Amino acid sequence: MLDLYNVKKTFNLGTINEKQALSGIDFYLKEGDFVTVIGGNGAGKSTMLNAIAGVWPIDEGSISIEGVNVTALPEHKRAKYIGRVFQDPMMGTAADMGIEENLALAIRRGKSRTLRWGITKEERERFHEDLKILGLGLEDRMTSKVGLLSGGQRQALTLLMATIQKPKLLLLDEHTAALDPKTAANVLELSDKIVAEHNLTTMMITHNMSDAIHHGNRIIMMNQGKIILDISGEEKKKLTKADLLQKFSEVAGVSEETDEILLS
Amino acid sequence: MNVLAYFASLDPMNFMGAIPGNVAQGLIWGIMALGVFITFRLLDFPDLTVDGSLATGGAVTVVLILAGIPSPLAIAVAVLAGVLAGLVTGLLHTALGIPGILAGILTQISLWSINLIILDGANKAVNVDKYSLIVSLRNVTESIIMVLIFAGIIISILYWYFGTEQGSAIRATGCNPNMSKAQGINIDNMKVLALCISNGLVALSGGLMAQYQGFADIKMGQGAIVIGLAAVIIGDVLGEAIFRKGMNFSIRLTFVVFGGIIYYLVIGLVMWLRMPTNMLKFLTAVIVAIFLAVPYLREKRKNSFATKSKREGQKNA
Ligand SMILES: Nc1ncnc2c1ncn2[C@@H]1O[C@H](COP(=O)(O)OP(=O)(O)O)[C@@H](O)[C@H]1O
Ligand SMILES: [Mg+2]
Repeated sequence: MLDLYNVKKTFNLGTINEKQALSGIDFYLKEGDFVTVIGGNGAGKSTMLNAIAGVWPIDEGSISIEGVNVTALPEHKRAKYIGRVFQDPMMGTAADMGIEENLALAIRRGKSRTLRWGITKEERERFHEDLKILGLGLEDRMTSKVGLLSGGQRQALTLLMATIQKPKLLLLDEHTAALDPKTAANVLELSDKIVAEHNLTTMMITHNMSDAIHHGNRIIMMNQGKIILDISGEEKKKLTKADLLQKFSEVAGVSEETDEILLS
Repeated sequence: MNVLAYFASLDPMNFMGAIPGNVAQGLIWGIMALGVFITFRLLDFPDLTVDGSLATGGAVTVVLILAGIPSPLAIAVAVLAGVLAGLVTGLLHTALGIPGILAGILTQISLWSINLIILDGANKAVNVDKYSLIVSLRNVTESIIMVLIFAGIIISILYWYFGTEQGSAIRATGCNPNMSKAQGINIDNMKVLALCISNGLVALSGGLMAQYQGFADIKMGQGAIVIGLAAVIIGDVLGEAIFRKGMNFSIRLTFVVFGGIIYYLVIGLVMWLRMPTNMLKFLTAVIVAIFLAVPYLREKRKNSFATKSKREGQKNA
C-alpha cells in the first residue's frame, strides 16, 4: 500500500549545515497496518513523514501509495491520499475560520475547489454527528472560530479533519506531544477509535515508548536517517520497554544508559 | 484674537456643502479599499501593486473613452488591465519566488512607465460635456447613487464568492498556508487568484475616479495603499464597535466602504479647518500606524515580561 524505496534526503547540501536526514529508507506498509515510529531526537522521523507527504522533493529513491508513484507530486496533490495531524495544534486548522468551515475545507481534500457553495446543509448535519464522537461539545458551537478552542480541542478537530474524508494513509507526527497528559491520553484514545473504525493505514510518531508499544500492530525505530528496527505481529504484542532499549543498544551499538536519554 | 478670527472665518456651510462630494469620492475609494481588504485581510499579503494599478485603471478608462468607446466598456477593459497587473505580481511571487512586498513594488514601478505610455503623457482630461460618463463631479448626487449601486453589486458578488469552495480556499490560504496545502489546496494558485481579483477592483475604482474628476493622472494612485488600509481599518474598528461579535462577512465588507467615506469626510474636515494639506498623507500614515499598532500593543500588554514583572513586584510587596 505504501512503498518507500531507497529514499534519501539531505538538507542544506554543500553548506556547513549539511545534514543527511534520510539515508536510504526502504519501507513497505500493508493496507490496514498501524505502525508506531520511535527514535531519538533528530533521527529523521518527521523527515520521513514529510517526505511521504511531499513537503519537499526527495533527493533519491521513490515513494508510491497504492501503486501510484507520487514521488514527483507536490504536497497539495498528494493530499488526496493523505490525512495529517501535526505536533503543533496551531498548524492543522485555520484559526480565523469557523469549526464547520474548517471541516468543510477538509471534506474537500484532494477535490478541485469550484464555485459551488463552500458548505452544504447535508454536510452541516454530518459534521454535527461527527463532532459528537469527539465528546467535546464542539457540535453545539459549529460556527465558533477555531482560534477560540484549546490545544486539545484543536488537535481532536484536526484528527477529525484528517479522517472525515477517508485517507489512504494517516500520518500522525507526535500529535499529542504538545498536550497535557490527560488531554494527550484522550486524543490518543480518540485516534485509536477512529483508526479502528475506518480501518485506516496509519503511521504514528511518538516519543512515548509505552504508547508506541501499546498502539498499532507494528513498530519501527529510527536512528540517523535509517530504520534500525522493525517488529510486528506476535513479537510486537509481547514487546516490553526493556526489550526495546536492549534491541536499540544492540543495533545502534551504544550503551543502554544513552538509550534512555535518547528515547525518553 | 487670532484664534477667534480663525474660527469666525470658518463657514459651516462650506463644510456641509463639501459633504456630498466627499461622500462620492469616499465611496470610490471604498471600492478600492475592498480590493485592499482582499489582499491585506483575507490573503495576509501586503500588496503594493495597487498604487500602480489604480492609475492604470484610470488611464485605460480615459484613453478608451477618448477613443470613442462607451464608458461601461472602457471600465470593463480597465478591470482586465488591473487583473493583469495582479497576475504579474502573483507570478513574480509564486513562480519566481520574489517576496510579496517586493513583487508588488516591482509591478508598481513598472506600471509607472506603462501608465505614462497609455496616457501618452502625465495626464489626460475627459470632458463630461463631450462624452457620456458613468460618474462626474458635475452631478454629485447621481454619481453617489451610481457608485452606491456599483458598491452594492461588488459587495454581493464578493460575499458570494468568498463563501464558495474557491473563496473559502483563498481565505484558508491566507489564514494557514500549511494547513491549506495539507488539505490539498494549491496555495500558489489561490494567491494569484486573489491578487487578480483585488487589483481588478482597484482598477475599477481608478476608472470611476478618473471619470469623476474628469481626468487621469500618472500620480493618482500615489499612496493609494495607505488610504485603502486606512479605510479597511476604520471600517473594522467601526463595525466592531457597532456590531461587536455579530459582525458577519457582508457587514465587514460594507464597513470597508464606509471606512472609505469616513476617511474622505475627515479629509474634508481637515481642508475646511484650513490645515496644511501638505500634511494629509503624513497624517494618514500616522493614523494607519496607530490603528495597526493598537491590537499588537494590547496583546503585548496582556502578555509581556514588563507587565509580568510589575505584577510579581506587587505580589512580593
Ligand atoms: N527543513 C529542514 N531543514 C534543515 N534541516 C532539517 C529540516 N528538517 C529536518 N532537518 C534536520 O534533519 C534531521 C532529522 O530531523 P527530524 O526528522 O525532524 O527528526 P525527528 O526524528 O526528531 O523528527 C535533524 O538533524 C534536523 O535538524
Ligand atoms: Mg519530529
